[in-house]
Amino acid sequence: MIRILLFCLMFALPGTLSAQEATASFGGGDDPMLIRSTTDIAIIAPVLERFVELNPDLVITYEQWGSNALFQHSRTVCKGGKTPADVVFSSAIQQMVWLVNSACAHRYRSSRTEALPDARRWRDELWGITTEPAVIAYNKELLEDQHIPRNRFALLDAMRTQPDLLRGRVATYDIAASGLGYLFAYGDSLEATTFGSLIEGFARIDAVATCCSSEIIRDVAEGRFLIAYNVLGSYVANADAPGVGVILPEDYTLVLSRALMIPAQARNKDAATGFLDFLLSPEAQNLLAASGLVAPMDATETGLTPSARRFIALSPALLVARDQNRRAELFKLWNDAFDVETAR
Amino acid sequence: MARLHLPHSLTARVLSAVMLILILGGCLVALSIWANGRLAARQAYDRLLLGAANDIAESVRIQDGEPFVDLPVSAFQLLAQAPDDRIFYAVQVPGGPFITGLDRDTVIEVPQQPGTAPFYFTADLNGESARFVRVARLFAEREFSGEVEVLVGQTLRARQMMTAGLMRDALLPMAVAGVLLLIMSWFVTRSALRPLEALSDDLTRRDPHDLTPMASDGLPRELQVMLTAMNRFMGRLDRQVDTMRNLIADTAHQLRTPVAAIRVQAEIAQDDPEPPARARALDRLLRRTRSLGTLLDQLLSRAMVIHRIDSAPRRPVDLREVALDVLEQSDHELVAPGVEVRLEIGETPVLVNADAFSLGEAAKNLLGNALRHGDPPVSIGATQEGNSAILWVRDHGPGPATPIADHIGDRFNRTTRSGEDSSGLGLSIVKSTAEAFDGTVEMARDETGFRAALSFPATRGIE
Repeated sequence: MIRILLFCLMFALPGTLSAQEATASFGGGDDPMLIRSTTDIAIIAPVLERFVELNPDLVITYEQWGSNALFQHSRTVCKGGKTPADVVFSSAIQQMVWLVNSACAHRYRSSRTEALPDARRWRDELWGITTEPAVIAYNKELLEDQHIPRNRFALLDAMRTQPDLLRGRVATYDIAASGLGYLFAYGDSLEATTFGSLIEGFARIDAVATCCSSEIIRDVAEGRFLIAYNVLGSYVANADAPGVGVILPEDYTLVLSRALMIPAQARNKDAATGFLDFLLSPEAQNLLAASGLVAPMDATETGLTPSARRFIALSPALLVARDQNRRAELFKLWNDAFDVETAR
Repeated sequence: MARLHLPHSLTARVLSAVMLILILGGCLVALSIWANGRLAARQAYDRLLLGAANDIAESVRIQDGEPFVDLPVSAFQLLAQAPDDRIFYAVQVPGGPFITGLDRDTVIEVPQQPGTAPFYFTADLNGESARFVRVARLFAEREFSGEVEVLVGQTLRARQMMTAGLMRDALLPMAVAGVLLLIMSWFVTRSALRPLEALSDDLTRRDPHDLTPMASDGLPRELQVMLTAMNRFMGRLDRQVDTMRNLIADTAHQLRTPVAAIRVQAEIAQDDPEPPARARALDRLLRRTRSLGTLLDQLLSRAMVIHRIDSAPRRPVDLREVALDVLEQSDHELVAPGVEVRLEIGETPVLVNADAFSLGEAAKNLLGNALRHGDPPVSIGATQEGNSAILWVRDHGPGPATPIADHIGDRFNRTTRSGEDSSGLGLSIVKSTAEAFDGTVEMARDETGFRAALSFPATRGIE
């Protein structure tokens, strides 16, 4: 029943405005609904299938986008061009905050949205629907136990003591190409002074900045990379790669909640609000947990102290991340350190 | 003009007035609370705005000849104190290049204001009203010189919520207080009006013939005034009823004897065949009839005087004119024909506050007594002695015996000397008149004769 049309378009150049990467259609009703998101179709599919099962009159078109492209497109939609989506959700939440701040979102309140903690709700126009930590992924076979970096200090030490082992085999997101990668880097730059040393360390061992969660994890599983820094935990959980280990850094772990908004121009707002309420329902949260999009974050599960869990709140403070001077500075620092791996 | 229909119950009237006052007062206070709350919210959030703008302005530095902003997160955390408000910021050289900001495409019209001091203004931000602050930072570097403008704006939701919160916090106790006040004023009104209710109950239960004064002990002053007036009114009514009753009794009593005498004389005249005896009887009959007329006059005069004492308005009266009138009416010529009566009056008016008719009747009686019982010559006059205005009648006789003088004014005080044509009513009129106008009856005897006088407090004339 699911028709998954995959167009895996590579980001040839950072920031290029591309159309969607893939499209899928769910349900067989007459009421059309358009969802645009950065989430991989395969991961979100069970939730969408259940939703159309409950709302048989809907036909959902799901478009998977790169975060930067989705942001640029949504901005254009907000200014009155192009076809609006009914629901947009993205892991690059700083971009979503920017859109909401620019009055691009529709307001909605329900008992479900009001039950969300303040950090996962802003202005009743933006809601955090998932719980996903930024993790260090590693190859279990190739990396001996004593070399597994449990925190950033261990990673720094490893990069210093074993540069030959790690040279060219540490990967992270390319912050220019991935809004999520940029958000994590920005988060790191705010959280601790380790960020500067980390960048230096990456530069020393010729770390690779690349795109796309699934590719990074595949390469870790295949042994091309030993360590991937700051990848989204949900993708590791979904990759079905038993050879890949996951570390929640003990010094601090950034936790992200994908942000969902209903564009002000949305044509099918009823379906959109219904979808939002469904996503926040216990049933959908369980489905998302099964997909790895809702990770258990209590201390018993993760072994993290409360102060080490750094939730990236949906707040106007994230606007700083989108500031052009700030971006320029971060990019400069980044580009000085990385041999940016582009087309692969 | 539509007339406001007021409820009839006093309690309801007072309560509705209190309610009106409370509502009006409440509205005024609410308005002032709202204004104050708005001002407080504006000041509080304006400070945040200014703080954030200053933070950002502080972070501007010149790098390679260009202004560069290392945007501080703290500024935005400050702004996030208004968690649900949208934010705008822009750093630019006025009229020149845009340095950084939220969105290059969103242009905010900054009002022109001289100087570089920070100022606030209100403008539209993406369809929502927002408050802005403009802060300028001046640079004088080798590579860059001039002004960098920082604009920070925020929508008004937090301010409105704070105003509403302040309003709610202040209005809720006020509403409770208002209700309590209303309940209290109900009790107070009820307790204040309880004496009135007791009074009306008392009046309702009262015997319609009972004209005795009502007890005013323990009543509020306002009610005592009313009750005193009512008691006075009842007293007057009582006196008048008494007067009427006395008049009827007196008249019947007084008329019985003369009428019987007349009947006897008439029977004698009818039965006696002898012309001389008949003529004598007729003569007695005539005298009796004349005396009856005098008696009726006096009875009427007394009734009139007593009625007027209670009802006629008091006016300044010149006693000289009273004396003159009495003399001119010449009634004395009927009582004592041929006796000369002298008038002794001065140049200046002798004024008292009284009723001229009553004074005239009293004077007439005094004069009548002097003519009837005293020795000529008789004189009448009015003089002012100190603070007393005196209307007097004088004769050259010895005056009445002391016991009579002591009992003057008692009704039917007849003596052997008073004779058949006197009823003793005359002095009663004199005494009533004197008492009614705060005066006294004075009897004085000296070597030349006897003086009967009415003495009143003198009044200054009304010019």
